[in-house]
Amino acid sequence: MPDLTALQGTEASLASHDVDAVFIFILVIAAFFFVLTQGLLIYFAVRYRRKKGEPPAKTPYITGKQWLEVVWIVLPSLLLVGIFAYGVIIFVKMRTPIPGATDVQVTASQFQWSFKYPDGRTYSNELHLAVGKPVKLIMTSRDVIHGLFIPDYRQKQDVLPGRYTYLWLLPKRIGTFDIYCSQYCGTGHSLMRATLTVMGQNDYLAWEQSEKQKQQSAGASPKAKGKALFDSSGCGGCHSIDGSAKVGPTLKGVFGSTVTLADGKQVKADEEYLRESITEPNEQVVKGFQPIMPTFKSTLKDDDIAAIIAYIKTLK
Amino acid sequence: MSQTESYLAHKGFKSWALTMDHKRIGVMYLVTTHLFFLIGGFLALLLRLKLLSPGPALFSAHTYDVLFTMHGAMMIFLFIIPAIPSSLGNFFIPLLIGARDVAFPKLNLFSYYLFVSGILVILISLVQPIDTGWTFYTPFSAENSAAVTTVSFGLFLVGMSSILTGLNFIVTIHTLRAPGMTWYRLPLFIWGMYGTSVIQVLSTPVIGITFLLLVAERLFGVGFFDPAKGGDPLLFQHFFWFYSHPVVYVMILPAMGIISEVIPCFARKPIFGYKAIAYSALAIAFISFLVWGHHMFVSGMSTTAGVIFSFLTFFVAVPTGMKIFNWIATLYKGSISLDSPMLWALTFIFLFIIGGLTGLFLGSLATDVHVHDTYFLVAHFHYTMMGGTVMGLFSGLHYWYPKITGRMLDERWAKHAWWMIVVGFNVTFFPMFILGMQGMPRRYAEYPAKYHSLNVLATVGSWLLAVGIVIMFANFIRSLNRGAIAPANPWEALTLEWQVPSPPPEENFEVIPTVTDWPYSYGKETGDTRGK
Repeated sequence: MPDLTALQGTEASLASHDVDAVFIFILVIAAFFFVLTQGLLIYFAVRYRRKKGEPPAKTPYITGKQWLEVVWIVLPSLLLVGIFAYGVIIFVKMRTPIPGATDVQVTASQFQWSFKYPDGRTYSNELHLAVGKPVKLIMTSRDVIHGLFIPDYRQKQDVLPGRYTYLWLLPKRIGTFDIYCSQYCGTGHSLMRATLTVMGQNDYLAWEQSEKQKQQSAGASPKAKGKALFDSSGCGGCHSIDGSAKVGPTLKGVFGSTVTLADGKQVKADEEYLRESITEPNEQVVKGFQPIMPTFKSTLKDDDIAAIIAYIKTLK
Repeated sequence: MSQTESYLAHKGFKSWALTMDHKRIGVMYLVTTHLFFLIGGFLALLLRLKLLSPGPALFSAHTYDVLFTMHGAMMIFLFIIPAIPSSLGNFFIPLLIGARDVAFPKLNLFSYYLFVSGILVILISLVQPIDTGWTFYTPFSAENSAAVTTVSFGLFLVGMSSILTGLNFIVTIHTLRAPGMTWYRLPLFIWGMYGTSVIQVLSTPVIGITFLLLVAERLFGVGFFDPAKGGDPLLFQHFFWFYSHPVVYVMILPAMGIISEVIPCFARKPIFGYKAIAYSALAIAFISFLVWGHHMFVSGMSTTAGVIFSFLTFFVAVPTGMKIFNWIATLYKGSISLDSPMLWALTFIFLFIIGGLTGLFLGSLATDVHVHDTYFLVAHFHYTMMGGTVMGLFSGLHYWYPKITGRMLDERWAKHAWWMIVVGFNVTFFPMFILGMQGMPRRYAEYPAKYHSLNVLATVGSWLLAVGIVIMFANFIRSLNRGAIAPANPWEALTLEWQVPSPPPEENFEVIPTVTDWPYSYGKETGDTRGK
């Protein structure tokens, strides 16, 4: 709903204020024509109604009125040009780079968002921003077309494989906001959601500092590297680490367990099983799941896969 | 006028299966397309039932995806596109222009069988039902493991059928008009059908070729749409909408034609602005080819292209708005009877206005960014496609039922169904506008809890809608045997189909009529043209 907060100066972002103003402008024009046309339609239908079974009354033989037809071509045309122009002005503004914006790389994959900051920190399904600080999202997809949609920001942009698309955001209100995937991308589409957290500028700096420290203390152990790759490759989009069912089977406690496959066979989930599940995911599909996982053969090196397996082993 | 046998006189399977009578072929299309309307509607009920709950419920997300794909594909390709042109168009174009059949009767039957073979091929695909959405966007559809290739081939056949039917109608309208049936004496349904046929002939080959490209991509890995091979996934969307936008007008123009017949007849007034309505049909057909990009404002297309497509989109609103004003003006000082065909026609106008006005938010670039791919869009196209085309179709079915079957419908039950459907439709789809404004994306098997209550409301509406439609179809079937015998001209209309018996004889006209006036002379001279 174009919550009228936009008009009260508490809008969530720069664009949400502008878009809501266009929305309300169109709404007023639409309401006018709605009342005019529906009013006449219902009024005529009632006023000139013929009683059941009565013969038709004498009706005037009117086949047209040129001036009237000119009016209802010209007047709506002018209003339409107005709506068009207002929409263009705001649209162009939304697509104009905001000076001083920080770059954030966004990678979409079935069914997960990954956000990478300039210093290399990468987050799965979480985007943290500072209020009043503009950012430029540089977005691409690892597989099919996705769409990054922040309803409170009135912003949306499809995310394509093989090219970059952009969004400029200027957060104006502290809080948490939903990020959805708006372009249908498969079974997990409706769960491909992320959270945008907007913090006060000091809070943001403190958060950034502690995140950097966390990263340093975790060091370069295979497990830490594995977790980073797990997040940046989008594994968590389909595989939970807490035992809950998603589009794919959970990875909690999977290592060492016995897995029942779609063809009824039972296999032990050892390192080789996990490796093959990453490189040839549709060879051994777990019973009850769709064979929809893409291969990561060309995107992950042997070292990477080993690190991810090391991470999966810790998920007990 | 006639002692000749009704077109329904011959019985038996062969007399239908091998018929070249445009009326029988029309009836066959009518039954086939409406079967898919009922199946597609049933699938929609299942979708709505799942959405009663925001979390995982009833069936899996994958099943949900399959169901909405089936619902969309059936409703669009097997119902709305062919429903009016192939059924009512086939039946009534020759009757309305004073001809004995379409120009190519054999081709007409061939088109029907192409249509049916397309359907059979699509049914084969149910072994591995597709979950691509009816829009088949690449690369999702290109990499999908389901039977996308089979469905593409089936739709290719259905498209061929559509092209041949359109061609048949264009030639029929050009060459088989009765003496005196000048272009400006043509009933407006014919103008609508003419615009539709032109679009079908010009745009359907594009989708046919696009499906072939998709098949080549899947089978041979050609890479038209694959960025890894230098292709472009957006190219598919351009091709797809180059067809699928004009086809929106394939759906709506015939319905507008029906409304232009029903409104004057039941208001006993000449149609207001005949030439404006006729030419607006052609204008819409022409402009419809230039606006496909408005489906792609947030796709990654350039800002400049977005601006141009937005401008052209608003252009199409002008001839559409003109028609609404013309119909309303036709009602002015009429003598209006609210029989069921007229109720449906007024409902068409009422709902189509809502559909049209909400289109302004989608045509404007700034607001489209927000509401695109949300339930706002879902609501908008259901108001135009179902509130528009389907309500126009219902109007046509109630209007022409006596002519097609020789029986009258039960008017009381028709009105019960009308109430249920109008209320059910609005309760189902109006909340979706609000859901979309609040940001709920379409094609969501599960959704955040904040959207729950409006989804429940929409689902309850879908039940009312379903009951209304069941009542309506029960009335259609029951009246076949138990309806009152229909006179030749129960609505005292002036078009030619009403001047022959109900149901019409096999040859339509014993003597080809000579036309001396346009078909909207209601109220001329005497003020009452009954019995003319």
